[in-house]
Amino acid sequence: MTSSVLFDVPGPRARLRNHALTVVGVLGVAAVVYYVYTGFDEKGQWDGKIWEPFTQASTWTDYIIPGLLGTLKAAGLGAVCALVFGAVFGLARLSDHRWIRIPAGAVVETFRAIPLLLLIFFLFYLAPSAFGSGDYTLPALVAGLTLYNGSVLAEVVKAGVLSVPKGQSEAAYAIGLRKGGVMRLVLLPQAVTAMMPAIVSQLVVLLKDTALGYIIAYEDLLNYGFKIIPAVFFGSLVPAAIVIGVIYIGLNMALSAVATWLERRSRRSRKTSAQPVIPLGSIESSVGGV
Amino acid sequence: MDDLIKYAPDLAAGFLVNVKLSLVSSVLALILGTVLVSMRVSPTPVLRAAGTVYVNVVRNTPLTLVLAFSALGLSDTLGLTFSEEPSTNGFWLVVLGLSAYTATFVAEALRAGINTVPLGQAEAARAIGLTFLQSLRMIILPQAFRAVVGPLGSVIIAMIKNTTVAVAAGYLAESAFVMKDTFDDTGVSIPIFIGLALAFMAITLPVGFFTGWLSRRLAVVR
Repeated sequence: MTSSVLFDVPGPRARLRNHALTVVGVLGVAAVVYYVYTGFDEKGQWDGKIWEPFTQASTWTDYIIPGLLGTLKAAGLGAVCALVFGAVFGLARLSDHRWIRIPAGAVVETFRAIPLLLLIFFLFYLAPSAFGSGDYTLPALVAGLTLYNGSVLAEVVKAGVLSVPKGQSEAAYAIGLRKGGVMRLVLLPQAVTAMMPAIVSQLVVLLKDTALGYIIAYEDLLNYGFKIIPAVFFGSLVPAAIVIGVIYIGLNMALSAVATWLERRSRRSRKTSAQPVIPLGSIESSVGGV
Repeated sequence: MDDLIKYAPDLAAGFLVNVKLSLVSSVLALILGTVLVSMRVSPTPVLRAAGTVYVNVVRNTPLTLVLAFSALGLSDTLGLTFSEEPSTNGFWLVVLGLSAYTATFVAEALRAGINTVPLGQAEAARAIGLTFLQSLRMIILPQAFRAVVGPLGSVIIAMIKNTTVAVAAGYLAESAFVMKDTFDDTGVSIPIFIGLALAFMAITLPVGFFTGWLSRRLAVVR
């Protein structure tokens, strides 16, 4: 940890300074807590009445769980489609044929550069004029998530295959495998191990991005929390926001923990000769989306 | 094509709002992110814990929720207002949410940068008697910033694209909403979408190239 490098084991003066900083820190945190507490108190946000709905099972079964299922449905569909999209375009970008490689690169770069919400709005309004009227909230959301996150995953797949040392493919060609065989039998099995952590971190981004569905009125967790629950239980907006916030944070932290675990595992794995793909700068991936 | 020309003034005005949001929020996010990362590496456990909790909580919350909460929760329910003028108030609420959210990614980027600074640098700083804040300010952070110019560029690019989510805060002036509004009137228009997408690329691509060039120029040779 860097924290131990940046300062020595404190001597008497440094200890005094650290104690002073601790006091300042505690006071700062206490001030924030106090400010939030009194702010809530002033506006009556601690009233039992508005928190009570969350102690009743019916609130959970009628609103929160259906909302969560909506979010998970969009995230699940989006994840599967994005993985397929990412695998296809990632491999297409590595193709030996220029007429495959260049268009695939153009598609990937374009969809990475367009703001996801803009894309979702466009698909949402395009669908009715292309396929007739209907409810296109879920398809538009999933299609947007697929195109954007799939493009990011395509980069991960490309980086993963390229991270396998050159000697591996040379050896595979030397024993007489063809292009397909080299990719399928030698490069991909090693690349998948190396890119697993980056893929899982991108899935965290995808899960967070499903919340954009709220804006096109898809019935996800955020929609139930911010539109439906406050409408049914008047005044419960802040408690609802806190409850669904905790659910989102829990889900994402669990997924992030899986990514960290996978990264540690693939770092010491002897099944692959490739270094784990840094999730696009280890920060970019968690930054790519919303 | 006619649609694009007809609505171009509205869309341009909306896009200008995106640019303004990006400029203000990126400055605030960089400042807040630097403060957060200083807290996370400080010798004070309380500050470290506070920084860690803030970063992990905000980073794992969807931006849509952050922005919707800053408008519906902070402003409407808890009464936080920046201005009597609704559009100014909306603007600053979006800036608040966007920079609070982006700061966590800035902090994570800088923390990765601090990890690239060799141990000897920090040890030497301590050996000549610099205090924690002095060594952070004069030795560690300057090198950390140089190491993560590229990733910080990606953070800023993501933030520029995220300005479209301002709709979630009920701030209906930026270009994604203008586009949606136009589609409500005229139906879907492919030229408008392409035009707006190109406008975003016209900003994000130069930022990417510039930070890429800068990161190569500033790279610390070790």
